[in-house]
Amino acid sequence: MTNKELQLTAANVRKGIVTAVHSAKSGHPGGSLSAADMFTYLYFEEMNIDPKNPKDPGRDRFVLSKGHTAPGLYSTLANRGYFPVEDLTTLRKLGSYLQGHPCMTETPGVDMSTGSLGQGVSAAVGMALAAKLNGDSYRVYALTGDGEIQEGQIWEAFMFAGAKKIDNLTVIIDNNGLQIDGKIEDVCSPYPIDKKLEAFNFNVICIDGHDFDQIRDAFAKAKECKGMPTAIIMKTTKGKGVSYMENQAGWHGKAPNDEEYEQAIKELDEQIAKINEAEV
Amino acid sequence: MGEVIKIATRESYGNALVELGQKNPNVVVLDADLAGATKTSTFKKAFPDRHIDCGIAEANMTGIAAGISTCGKIPFISSFAMFAAGRNFEQVRNSIGYPHLNVKIGATHAGITVGEDGASHQCLEDIALMRTIPGMTVIVPSDDVEAKAAVMAAAETDGPFYMRFGRAAVPVINDNPDYKFEVGKAVVLKDGTDMVIFACGVCVAEALGAAEKLAADGINAAVVNIHTIKPIDKDTILEFAKKTNRVFTVEEHSVIGGMGSAVCDVLAEEYPVKVTKIGVYDRFGKSGPAGALMKEFQLDAEGIYNKIKASV
Repeated sequence: MTNKELQLTAANVRKGIVTAVHSAKSGHPGGSLSAADMFTYLYFEEMNIDPKNPKDPGRDRFVLSKGHTAPGLYSTLANRGYFPVEDLTTLRKLGSYLQGHPCMTETPGVDMSTGSLGQGVSAAVGMALAAKLNGDSYRVYALTGDGEIQEGQIWEAFMFAGAKKIDNLTVIIDNNGLQIDGKIEDVCSPYPIDKKLEAFNFNVICIDGHDFDQIRDAFAKAKECKGMPTAIIMKTTKGKGVSYMENQAGWHGKAPNDEEYEQAIKELDEQIAKINEAEV
Repeated sequence: MGEVIKIATRESYGNALVELGQKNPNVVVLDADLAGATKTSTFKKAFPDRHIDCGIAEANMTGIAAGISTCGKIPFISSFAMFAAGRNFEQVRNSIGYPHLNVKIGATHAGITVGEDGASHQCLEDIALMRTIPGMTVIVPSDDVEAKAAVMAAAETDGPFYMRFGRAAVPVINDNPDYKFEVGKAVVLKDGTDMVIFACGVCVAEALGAAEKLAADGINAAVVNIHTIKPIDKDTILEFAKKTNRVFTVEEHSVIGGMGSAVCDVLAEEYPVKVTKIGVYDRFGKSGPAGALMKEFQLDAEGIYNKIKASV
């Protein structure tokens, strides 16, 4: 995909996020929007996957360790063709296969059930290890939050992945700088994240998580790297794409009302029009 | 009579894993720096490439097992019950139980027979914790024969298993041609008409000893081995409750939430009858030799006999 196609897709993924959370009247838009470009790149460009065969044993795997950003994953999966985009409005409703947090037994394309923070990276390490044991060539990706890495289990998983040289694993850290109680450095600073991961034997790449050239380049470097796992620390804007949500911790886990929803869709449609108009 | 053979069920676990490893190339074993104690070191020696030592990080080990199981492997994770079920409860619930993954938890050093290490390492709550997780099969083998059979059955059955093994050597009681292990099917070791003693784990042999003493007093007690706590064998529990109208349960676990509670859950709904739960009564363990502790906590044959005599 060209950057323009990726940008358009990401804008549609963002529309799906806002629509789903608005319909559910609860959920987590902030961190879904900050990672929307990453979700888009992973599922439309990077990962070897087939929406028609979501359980293909040879597929690449993705674990959403920051499981509360399920609307981001669901919108991406829907836009990629795993299930109808219209079903996003069933999010969090009784009887829906779109649970509040990712559930692998309910939703096509979800590789691991997550939601309780700190547990997903371990599962991703297990999947990557299985590939090594079986001699398979698939790669494993995990997305964590910058607040989530306050959980101790994350560092157990990082220590293991670094020590055992799990080089088919790429961990992406969404550094949007905010968590429920405020700025991550005010709550309990995890910084410097890059230095810590280097010390854990990771190949660390720092990028702007809204720049597709940088995202593309980071994954190319991750694939080339042997003998150590890769961590992509991406600087992002929480709530990216919806003006009133951007950089507001309050939009971590809150749904827009009808008026706010209209405003968000209007803004995203304007962004789509602008991308369409732009020179290739 | 020949000398009674005694083997710790953790030893049986390690031996069974080696046998299983030969049969099934998908079996992998994960440890958290306790391979020597959990006896999985025997597997490690036989299949070094299929043994993963995670270091002292049980939560991560649990998550790794969850991930590896989604890729067709059958992971057995090993640690002491205190950590495998206690420290790890939420990881087991959310990363293994909720997605109903094919992970087998081999928890050794359960109960007071841990001995000298004392209360911090003597898990008396694991049966209670594990049986609350939807879809979790919970097995507490009573001896070497049963422990091996449980490991084989776990590998052949899809879904999460929690298996509780002990540190101390226990008599082999199921070494007979009629013995058949079936998940969820209790084993009647001695028929009786006056009362039934439901037991599990190390307490099965002790319950048999207590029944012998009761017989000398003219009390005919049935002894039934409830090796599977979940799914529990309702039919056999009801059959013996109806036949005897007096129920005792014996376990090396807290009386809160363990096998005795599981039996009570069945009886309270379907056949209310007097039940006396024998176990550890809302307290922590102590340091000391395993045998001395069983005596101190009145879980040996003599203690069980005394408890029963005092309440009939």
